[in-house]
Amino acid sequence: MAAAPNDDSLTDSGSLLEASGLAKHFGPVVALRSADLRVRGGEIHALMGANGAGKSTLVKILTGALTADGGTIRLGGRARTFRSTSEARKAGLICVYQDPSLLPDLTVLQNLILTATPISSFRRYLADLGLGGFDLSTMPRELARPTLSLLDLARALAIEPQLLLLDEITASLPADLTSRVFSVARQLRAEGRSVIFISHRLAEVSALCDRATVLRDGKTVGVVEPAQGGEERIVKLMLGPVAEEVAAEAASPSTPATGAVAVEVRDLKAGTLNGVSFTLRFGEVLGVAALEGQGEKELFDCMAGVRRPESGQILVGGKARSFGHPADAIRAGLVLIPADRLQALLRQRSVRENIALPFVNRIARWGPINPRREKRRVATAVKRLQIDTRVTSEVRRLSGGNQQKVGIARWLAGGFKTLLCFDPTRGIDIGTKRQIYGLVKELAANGSAVLLFTSELPEIQLACNRVIVLFGGELVDEMPASDADERALLRAAHGLPSEEGE
Amino acid sequence: MSSRAAATARIVQQNSIIVLIALLVALAGLIEVIRPGAVNANWVSNILEFAAPLGILAAGQTLVVITGGIDLSVANVATAAAYIMASQAPFGVTRGIVAGLLVGVVVGLVNGVGVAVFRVQPLIMTLAMGLVVTGTLNVYSQAAVRSVPGVPAVIHTLGSGTVLEYVPVSLFLWAVLAAVLIIGLRGTGFGRLLYALGDNQEATRLAGVRGWQVLLTNYMACGLLSAVAGIVLAGTVNAADLSLANILLLPSVAAVVIGGTSIFGGSGSYSGTAVGALILTVLNSVLTLLDVPDAVKQVLYGAIIVLLAAAYTRVLGRD
Repeated sequence: MAAAPNDDSLTDSGSLLEASGLAKHFGPVVALRSADLRVRGGEIHALMGANGAGKSTLVKILTGALTADGGTIRLGGRARTFRSTSEARKAGLICVYQDPSLLPDLTVLQNLILTATPISSFRRYLADLGLGGFDLSTMPRELARPTLSLLDLARALAIEPQLLLLDEITASLPADLTSRVFSVARQLRAEGRSVIFISHRLAEVSALCDRATVLRDGKTVGVVEPAQGGEERIVKLMLGPVAEEVAAEAASPSTPATGAVAVEVRDLKAGTLNGVSFTLRFGEVLGVAALEGQGEKELFDCMAGVRRPESGQILVGGKARSFGHPADAIRAGLVLIPADRLQALLRQRSVRENIALPFVNRIARWGPINPRREKRRVATAVKRLQIDTRVTSEVRRLSGGNQQKVGIARWLAGGFKTLLCFDPTRGIDIGTKRQIYGLVKELAANGSAVLLFTSELPEIQLACNRVIVLFGGELVDEMPASDADERALLRAAHGLPSEEGE
Repeated sequence: MSSRAAATARIVQQNSIIVLIALLVALAGLIEVIRPGAVNANWVSNILEFAAPLGILAAGQTLVVITGGIDLSVANVATAAAYIMASQAPFGVTRGIVAGLLVGVVVGLVNGVGVAVFRVQPLIMTLAMGLVVTGTLNVYSQAAVRSVPGVPAVIHTLGSGTVLEYVPVSLFLWAVLAAVLIIGLRGTGFGRLLYALGDNQEATRLAGVRGWQVLLTNYMACGLLSAVAGIVLAGTVNAADLSLANILLLPSVAAVVIGGTSIFGGSGSYSGTAVGALILTVLNSVLTLLDVPDAVKQVLYGAIIVLLAAAYTRVLGRD
């Protein structure tokens, strides 16, 4: 192993936390390759990165929820390994996650006692967060989510941590509560303590943080000062080489599709989804851009027959359809590739059986299987997707990327007209990602219709002809892919109007 | 696990049936050691004769366990089917057999509706149905039947007759059913779907499969096989009393597990179960030969099954 870079160790002698070369993999999936993070005392430090860049894994390693496969953690100059969250907590590291962690069926007070939290200190921080006079005998089950987040934060603060990690805590907070969280974070900084702040919102990061460490594909790719116009650099670092490719792609803009209408959605309502209408044509890849929880899941589930819409219509080939079961959607030619690969795969069964599953999805096909015909159909799909495996091996032994390919190969072999891809590249390496996007474009070029949601906005331009943007359950914008750079998408996905002069 | 151990495990895993057969031979060897000369054609014939009803009962159980379920009503159904067959036989043997098989199909249908349509836990559904069947059978026997019915000659021949002196007639039936199951599980769409449902119901649904149709049919098939097993067993012991097959419930599950079918569903085979049924029958024979009290016999039987299952998990690395 090469010697660790030692360049700025002198200037960084005030480091509270020094993590270097942290690595972690889960089976064949590499979550963290080599992450470095240095946090000074009295600093608010942002941790940035696209989905799957390794932020959560890094946080879990720092707080002892996971053990790293490699790398070192030094806290106050001393090498440490935390084998559990309580060890990390004793050392002064604690994390508040996006999802509140109070037990819903114990009172708040019982929750505090369970975690040995000092009550008076908890009350004081609660007052700082604007919840003075809170009744500790309340059941968390009866509280709204933002309140729970604040209680969770106060509980973490009450143990007086040296280093507080906030993992997307602001994602579920309204603006006024976010500002209270910010003032508490600044108060900690003033006392010489440190905060690691994770958020997808660039504006929050530049308003609050002193420095930002950017992760990409499990590696630290840079440390930036966001306040000094560093936002652009952060975005560039987060995107990596894909950004350049996007630029190249955008130079040859994809032609708008003129094919027949494959699916028309009219005023669809379901859960968060609140009246969305659009048309999807054969020969195009229609992107769906949205932050998490804007109704995109409901949209895909309704179109795939996984759930029934509350109102509205889905028209396939001009006829209104009612999908009570995925089988109905599949018969109409609509097939779903879910984000969670394992949701769609039979882990213990062979690649062949997985791909061949739709071949036997009707009573009429319960009879004998023609093995030669099946082998041929499966082999064609495997070859087209270059699935790297012996076809007979169990799916659970494949890498994440290959598993996702099996999920797609199933429909290449089984036949479809409209492909609904819900974040198909989540947690997949860049090589396979490009392959999947290439395939999606090719399918559209050959006359299929593709609806593609990706949580990675910069990839929209790579794969799509046109984009619709969802915000708060409504369709807020529609643009050709050539206009859909990440900046435009981010603005729209946050419900901001497009910039003037564009 | 080292790569060599992993390689060994893989070989064993792919050929688990060979390991099971080796175990079976070892047990037979043990009998020969305990009582030299005991293992002869007559003994083999006897083992096969007694393994056949268990093997058929465990066949239905295998189908259900592969889907991730369990059927605790198989033994009650077998008993009821045999009893009703015998009590209806005086009005015609065919009528008796049809009535017995119908019991299996109807109970299977109810189990299937409960599990597949109303989503009752298979364990609870079939346990409850087992009680319902036994209770109903008791009422039926008191209300409609005056004496313990005799077993018709045809069924007696089916259950305990032999061809060429040593080949049990029931072996032919068992062999045919086994062939249908082994080929059916591997080579038909229905078989595929049983494994698929046992592995991941949500994935199977997303692939466009209406799982309830498969499960409903499967519980009916299990009920039918249980009824067949009960009728064969009545012929083997030449009696059809109200607790005929009840002792076979746990062996039917044990044969499946020993045969290498995952109790969580998604993998397994009937060939394994068939050898499992043979192993349990031979084991019983070993314990009988040891001439130990019944209580000790039960303790040993239970302990050995646990050991087998544990060894299996270890060697095959199954969860």
